[in-house]
Amino acid sequence: MDTYPVLTVAQLAIFLSFLSAVLPLLFLRQPYLLVRTAFLLLGSAGLAAAWAGGVTLLTNHAEQVVLPIGLPWLHVFLRIDPLAGFFFFIVGFVTFTTACYGPAYLREHIGGPHPVGTLTFFTGLFVGGMLLVLLAADAFSFMIAWELMSVASYFLVAYQHHKAENRSAAFIYLLMAVVGGAFILLAYGVLAGFSDSFSFTAMAAAPLSPTWATIAFVLAFIGFGMKAGIVPLHVWLPQAHPVAPSHISALMSGVMLKVAIYGFVRFVYSLIGVIHWQWGVAVLLVGAASAVLGVLYALMQHDLKRLLAYHSVENIGIIYIGLGLSMIFHATGHMEIAALALIAALYHCLNHALFKSLLFLGAGAVLQQTRQHDMEKMGGLIRRMPVTATCFLVGCISISALPPFNGFVSEWLTYQAALQGPVLRSGILGAIIPVASAMLALTGALATACFVKVYGVIFLGLPRSPQITEAREASLGMRSAQVILALCCLLFGIFPTWAVSAINVIAENLLGTGLLKDASDGWLWLTPIGKQTASYGALPILLGLLASWLLVYFFLHPLKRDNQIRIAPAWECGFGPLTPRMQYTASAFAMPLRRVFSYLWYIREKFEPPQHGKPARYSLQVSDWLWLFLYLPIGKLILHLAKRASLIQGGNLRVYLAYSFFTLLFLLWVIV
Amino acid sequence: MTSWIFAIVQTLCVVLLAPFMAGWVKWLKCKLQNRQGPAPWQPYRDLLRLSKKQAVVAETASPVFRAAPYIVFSVTVVAASIIPVFSVEMPTAALADVIVLVGFFALIRFFLSLAGMDVGTAFGGMGSSREVTISALAEPALLMAFFTLAMNASSTNLSTVVSHFGQSQFILHPSLIFSSMGFILVALAETGRIPIDNPATHLELTMIHEAMILEYSGRHLALLEWAAMLKLTLYSVLIVNFIIPWGVAMTIAPQALAIGVLSVTGKLLILGAFLAIAETVQAKMRLFRAPHFLGLAFILSLLGMISHIVLEVR
Amino acid sequence: MLITTLSLPEQLVLTLAALILLTSFIMLAQVRLDSLINTFAMQGLLLFLTTVLMAVIFEEYHLLISAGMTLFLKVFFIPSRLRRLVIDLDVRREVEVLGNPFLIMLFAAGLVLFSYYVALPIRALSLLSTRNTIAISLAVVLIGMLIVISRRKAITQVVGFMSMENGLFFAALVATHGMPMVVELGIAFDVLVAAILFGVFFFHIRAEIGSLDTDRLNRLTEVEK
Repeated sequence: MDTYPVLTVAQLAIFLSFLSAVLPLLFLRQPYLLVRTAFLLLGSAGLAAAWAGGVTLLTNHAEQVVLPIGLPWLHVFLRIDPLAGFFFFIVGFVTFTTACYGPAYLREHIGGPHPVGTLTFFTGLFVGGMLLVLLAADAFSFMIAWELMSVASYFLVAYQHHKAENRSAAFIYLLMAVVGGAFILLAYGVLAGFSDSFSFTAMAAAPLSPTWATIAFVLAFIGFGMKAGIVPLHVWLPQAHPVAPSHISALMSGVMLKVAIYGFVRFVYSLIGVIHWQWGVAVLLVGAASAVLGVLYALMQHDLKRLLAYHSVENIGIIYIGLGLSMIFHATGHMEIAALALIAALYHCLNHALFKSLLFLGAGAVLQQTRQHDMEKMGGLIRRMPVTATCFLVGCISISALPPFNGFVSEWLTYQAALQGPVLRSGILGAIIPVASAMLALTGALATACFVKVYGVIFLGLPRSPQITEAREASLGMRSAQVILALCCLLFGIFPTWAVSAINVIAENLLGTGLLKDASDGWLWLTPIGKQTASYGALPILLGLLASWLLVYFFLHPLKRDNQIRIAPAWECGFGPLTPRMQYTASAFAMPLRRVFSYLWYIREKFEPPQHGKPARYSLQVSDWLWLFLYLPIGKLILHLAKRASLIQGGNLRVYLAYSFFTLLFLLWVIV
Repeated sequence: MTSWIFAIVQTLCVVLLAPFMAGWVKWLKCKLQNRQGPAPWQPYRDLLRLSKKQAVVAETASPVFRAAPYIVFSVTVVAASIIPVFSVEMPTAALADVIVLVGFFALIRFFLSLAGMDVGTAFGGMGSSREVTISALAEPALLMAFFTLAMNASSTNLSTVVSHFGQSQFILHPSLIFSSMGFILVALAETGRIPIDNPATHLELTMIHEAMILEYSGRHLALLEWAAMLKLTLYSVLIVNFIIPWGVAMTIAPQALAIGVLSVTGKLLILGAFLAIAETVQAKMRLFRAPHFLGLAFILSLLGMISHIVLEVR
Repeated sequence: MLITTLSLPEQLVLTLAALILLTSFIMLAQVRLDSLINTFAMQGLLLFLTTVLMAVIFEEYHLLISAGMTLFLKVFFIPSRLRRLVIDLDVRREVEVLGNPFLIMLFAAGLVLFSYYVALPIRALSLLSTRNTIAISLAVVLIGMLIVISRRKAITQVVGFMSMENGLFFAALVATHGMPMVVELGIAFDVLVAAILFGVFFFHIRAEIGSLDTDRLNRLTEVEK
């Protein structure tokens, strides 16, 4: 069959996710049936979306439909093309794995203080909203879907609202989502002002002067950036993610942030079209700052989900570095290298969705079994949760960008794009780009440090508190979701050429050209620029690793000798048995880095030596400068102004009547 | 086909000669310190002895502990296969370039650090924590130095870089002088030599690499020691082949190969002598001075890159 | 010019220019006073070598006189006077650095890029083979100024001032192959007199405010607090 009904299936996916919100409400009395139905429908929505997106991307198909719903002069335009299809695939696939994970995870919320129906209802709306954002081809439906996505996720974040800090975190999230939405609305407004309708095709054809284009770009950058989580607009991320249920955090971090990236890419590349190199430099610098600051903040956290949230900031920074490079090369006319950088950024979107969801799902399993948020109380969980531990290890290796997994491939592509910097004749740009790459290298190394800490403290060593010993392996649904994601991380790491040639289609559509046709050297070698310049054969490397492992193993295990390993107690220097308190804690592990980079955080460290028989006390508080010195003062200023403005509300009846009286006088004067 | 066989043979040679390089450096250090010292081939005896002994594993260790030596050694061997040592005509160099090499070293460090955290003792955590700090600070300098080299040679493929510099006549590049200085400092940090880490220390508080492998014994320890020696040899090969690339064979013809083997071995022995002298003259610095050391390496690499842009292009 | 098109002596000039920049960076991060003075002497020596090399390459032998003056003043006379001053003033051999040395060095790297950007128009017009080093000389001047403003001890500020003069001499050398002899002699005498006068002034400052920390000079204000 030549053409697949992708747009129909995509709309079906949206319908199924809305159905998964509404239909299970029939089963409010039977929570187990409710949860199963909801996730069954959500899973099928995810599969449909993944299929539709994947097929669109692979067949380079584009289809548009105009729905007659909505206002008479503002129809709803829906369009699927390779860019939307790629993100559709990401959203659908992660939703599917979350749906496998969900029923077992929600078992503990059934019978809890809040009804499970709320959770499944808003999850369905959330996923449906995201899919609708990807399909929307006119500004109006885009904004409606965007707000639906934001509001539905607010309710999900505020699910456990019996605690005050959860409520305030959800409030910050909603506030920033709404402010970001306002910026996006203004950006679309600028574009719509120069075109005759709200549809994307009309806006793409609109002629913009450079000033107005820059204004639209800045508005879109701030608006989409607030949702994506770049520094300094990231403060909602570390507050909202720990509070939401883990599978929702996986969806938000893995998928919602990517929808923001989609919006930004669509806006800048399709709708504005003509890109200035200064925009690229701004995006590059903001991306580099987000990457470094994100990982440095993450290093200091010991709440597992907050740490993962800060790592999302870091990875969004890496994606923005790729986008910035792409914009710089696009503006100076080097389209193939711009395509390479764009492919690197989009590939990282896919990879981040996969490994971040994997990490959040694993964290959810750990948190469910140990009932702890604090890493400092965990330890030794690899023995009790082996499958979760193995999948989490795969996630840790992927996010640290280590070969042969997928995180490494997208970083490799970003470095290759950055290395083409000398092609730009300007020396200053040629210097900024390698410095940004050095910042990327610093980020990668710090991410490795952070995940050694996370994995070592949580899964290895000895349990640091008694309730950890009661943890059991997660149930089949949760395990299978993690295994699927881990396998995908491996597959996208060792077969990168297929993904790159698929994403190349997007680059061709947006930029006019993709990678050089004669650059590729077959499916085994990833050679984006040319065989001589750089090549990476991931599968042969993996085979070489396995071959040398086997060789060494068999060399060291000759048949004649007794190769038994003796298990003995760990050596404890003769002082007595090891206690779990002797291990390194997470704060201790991060201490050298904390001292080296101490000027980047607001640190309050207090140590009281032991006295009068009381034990020593140590407290460490690491806070975000931006939150303390930018957001809190702005909040205080707004409250102050609001208090001043509230003087209007005197409470006196005669004052209110006087307001009406003087307004009437004014209007009479103006009209006459 | 012959070039593949040559690549495998070359890798085996490097793997088998790595203990001699470490032994040579140690022998020279002892001679400089007026001691008798072990013979240069003592590491071979040590590795053989360790591989015959029974391995003891702590009760609290997990499968990561038992798998880590194999993973570390295999990754180091694969890294050895992509670096051009005696000749640049190596098809394996197309498998992975400079950035993948950095990624391999990062993978080794990841698993070593995890193994250090595994048993639940304080020393392992100490070693892992220090190791990841130093590597995190060394990585930007390392990558910047490699970038300067790659920008000069317009490629990140290791064979292409070495042959580009080996085939051109002697040109003084300020950028390469600075990047090489930065790279040498980073190599000292990454291979765990004085002034960052003392490879011969017996005090746990001064260990970094040794602290992470403190719990290992028997064949596991043999693999980890061999991997460390191989890493030292690989960094030495990178230094000699990038800074003084003349003499490396451009093909695998027997005559060129013989010259290549002799010149590279000679250069490695001389570099070993310089390393021994540097280790004898300096003292190990305290951990919180290591960031200054690595900051200096970064500034040197940055200066190298800036010199390239300002002085050498157009 | 692509470096492969230059002859070996010209490449050596570029290398010496890069090493002069390196000594500027080292002076920026140097903590101890005697190493600082030695580094300054080293910068003078590198400048001397560059001048001699350029005299030989471009066959402009009047540069040898400038080279000789540089050697006498910058490598021997002024450093020895500064060392004498350090001993006479009994100054502690530690220098306090303002702020984080790594961040200051990063800022200095940014200054190098900035001077490259500023020198681009000059570079486009020049036909000399050393035109790329004009940016380096400007960077040396700017880093000298950075040394003056980032340090508190008066002697290090003098060294920074002297290295600014080094940078100016170097700029004249690479941009126009030397200045007219009168100008050179004039500048050299100015620097000499400044060095001698600084020595006299330091005793007075120390007598007046009790230390050589220039931040404490604000005690001389007449405004009532």
